[in-house]
Amino acid sequence: MKKSTWINIGFQVGALVLALLITTLLLLAAGAPPFKAYESILSGAFGSSNDLASILISWSPLLLTTAGVLITFSAGLWNIGVEGQMVLGSIFATWMLRLLQDTNLPPALIIILGIVFGMIGGALWAALAGALKTFGGVNEIFGGLGLNFVATALTIYLVFGPWKRPGVGSMSGTQPFDQKLWLPTLSNTGLSLWALGASILVVIIIYFLLRGTYFGLRLKAVGKNIKAAFLLGIPTWQYSMFAFLLCGAFVGLAGAIQVTAVYHRLLPNISNGYGFLGLLVAMLINYQAIWVLPIAFFFAALNVGGIQLQIVYKMDSSFANVLQDLLVLFVLLGQGVRERFLRKA
Amino acid sequence: MNIELRHIHKHFGKVHANDDIVLNIPSGTIQGILGENGAGKSTLMKVLSGFIQADGGDILLDGKSVVIKSPADAIRYGIGMLHQDPLDFPPMRLLDNFLLGRSGGLFPDRMTVAHDIHELAVQFDFSLDPEAYVDGLTVGERQQLEILRLLWLGARVLILDEPTTGISASQKDKLFATLRKLAAQGMTIIFVSHKLEDVEVLCHKVAVLTAGKLVGEASAPFNAKKLVEMMFGKEIPLGARHSPKPGAKVLQLHDLAVEDIRLHLANINLEVNAGEVIGVAGMEGSGQGTFIRACAGLMRPVNGHVLVNHHDLTGRSYHVFKRNGVSFMPASRMEEGLVQGLTLAEHFVLAEETQGVFIDGDKGRKLAEDRIKSFNIRGTPVSTVESLSGGNQQRALLALLRSPLSLILLEHPTRGLDIESTIYIWSKLKERCQQGTAILFISSDLEEILQYSDRVLVFFSGKVTLPLDVTSLTTAKLGELIGGMGWTKSTSGRAE
Repeated sequence: MKKSTWINIGFQVGALVLALLITTLLLLAAGAPPFKAYESILSGAFGSSNDLASILISWSPLLLTTAGVLITFSAGLWNIGVEGQMVLGSIFATWMLRLLQDTNLPPALIIILGIVFGMIGGALWAALAGALKTFGGVNEIFGGLGLNFVATALTIYLVFGPWKRPGVGSMSGTQPFDQKLWLPTLSNTGLSLWALGASILVVIIIYFLLRGTYFGLRLKAVGKNIKAAFLLGIPTWQYSMFAFLLCGAFVGLAGAIQVTAVYHRLLPNISNGYGFLGLLVAMLINYQAIWVLPIAFFFAALNVGGIQLQIVYKMDSSFANVLQDLLVLFVLLGQGVRERFLRKA
Repeated sequence: MNIELRHIHKHFGKVHANDDIVLNIPSGTIQGILGENGAGKSTLMKVLSGFIQADGGDILLDGKSVVIKSPADAIRYGIGMLHQDPLDFPPMRLLDNFLLGRSGGLFPDRMTVAHDIHELAVQFDFSLDPEAYVDGLTVGERQQLEILRLLWLGARVLILDEPTTGISASQKDKLFATLRKLAAQGMTIIFVSHKLEDVEVLCHKVAVLTAGKLVGEASAPFNAKKLVEMMFGKEIPLGARHSPKPGAKVLQLHDLAVEDIRLHLANINLEVNAGEVIGVAGMEGSGQGTFIRACAGLMRPVNGHVLVNHHDLTGRSYHVFKRNGVSFMPASRMEEGLVQGLTLAEHFVLAEETQGVFIDGDKGRKLAEDRIKSFNIRGTPVSTVESLSGGNQQRALLALLRSPLSLILLEHPTRGLDIESTIYIWSKLKERCQQGTAILFISSDLEEILQYSDRVLVFFSGKVTLPLDVTSLTTAKLGELIGGMGWTKSTSGRAE
């Protein structure tokens, strides 16, 4: 292997060690025995086949959000709005299911329409951020952030307002759909192979799209140098918009899956942070689509294992997120340091 | 304040931007600094004002050797620089701009400062409102603001970099009056310009820089011919040329008017024939960049028409121009021309017509290999563009042009390149001309203009000459026109 490859690996390992070190210090400060805590995360994640199913349930939306942000990242866009786009996917899917649940249409068709509608919802919300950026000059970070809040507010309004359960609205969401409108799942696990298969398929599509197509190459050119891309004859703003639309559709699919396969209703916190987590995974893998599957799996496992911390040590389950965040932070820091290091060398 | 520059040296990589500059400027003098683009004027002024540090040499202020580490340092020594693009904060009030440059004090005393501004403004007959916002001011007023601010900060040396670009005639008169008044009070004024006219009326002394060296000094009254000769060197003999056959008209401009923040160019009429080369001369920022972008559809003209191959494309986008056989090559290769991080092969694939959805990697590599060979690029298909040298980047840009083309628009096609690359690039461009492509190029290199053009347009301060036949021009004549002299009815089509 080349020397630079070794240096790269060195920096990644260093980042992991540092992240673990700081997490350990935090665990000590919080009064939890660190090694036992790590052990409980591990056993929480891989202790039983049920745990594995939980990881896979968590993996699927994370794959989709990561795949989505890879597209917008390639186009040089910081699509912070993924979270809201996923929420809109859930809202639109719920909307369609509510509209059709009392009709005589075959349930499979209703589910499919719900999912497609969810993808449209995500794409529209992303297009809004894109239009604000392209035509209104609003930076997509601010536009996306603002739209995230709007999406959350909209969910809460729907859950407590027009779509509230019979009687009184509650944080536990809307009235669950009839079981015939549930995406089929493996027995006793809640894991939908359809959702999982679709998510993996999307990652594979993104991988080839970004790697071997004119579309992907042009998107990269737009992302890396929009002026030069324009002079090379690429319709730049159209490509930016298309990146938003595509990302929104995939992220909307994640939202629709949460409704049709996992919760079977609309919840105030339906997106569960998967949008932001997808951004983190994309940053951690330095936007290389080939690493999406394993790294997203690792993050999903940390999410699931983190729940154990809460059960065993009465700690907040988001402690696993601290480890995730620190990891990304140190990897990014490592990249910066490495660049300076290589420039000097 | 007396300024002495002793043996100043500054290198940028291989370029010797300041080569042993020795210059004395006594107190109360208005010192002109003349030179072409890239002659080292700005470098020298940046050294004096603390923006950059010299590699060697001394700066003496009133006989004392000083080390100027930063612009803040410079102003402490009493040296203030007025930049070509005003370094102010447009969304803020005048008063805040004043307060920003001053150190100390958590709570600035706005009242006193507003009073100071008012007093200074009255002294120089400027009408500036301390509470007004900077973005509402004209370039001339922002300049006045900067001058007042520097004086208020205690400047006793004022350096002005191309201060007469983009300001009105009355503002210029006021500026000159102010500078004369300040000089009479014992201040030292350094006036950097390429406008011979301005230097002639204003300066007491002038120093001419060429290629980093101080090539001559003169005192008022000046001999303009001699200054031009010092700036641009001796006459160069022109090689034999074939005059192009009058071919089809590929580009027609009718009463074109374009604008940027500083300049307004109007009534440009031009017809470019197939196979013809038009050179565009002028000091940087005289409007030629805006003009060439308007010819490419990258800038919307405010008036008039642009016709490509007899199709009226006025107001259409660059992509429409491109489909009609126009290509634009920008001066900033890495900023606008090439995509950092992508390989040569990827660039060639992007530049060609799309075929299907998937990229044929082998075909792309083959294409890249062919182009690399025929354009003599030192690189491989998988080399990223930023790993190439400047000359090779320029060849790559040239290799990206599609065939056939009606018109190629180039900004500084050979800037920063060595002789070998320059000759190579022009041989490739001339090949295109043989095939009927017309070329319109901007250059600040007079030799290049005279060597390769059939006709020449000269830009000066928002004015354009009629297309001048290159055989009627000499280096001296061109140099004068660029400096704003010798503009008669026959050159500009308008009485001066």
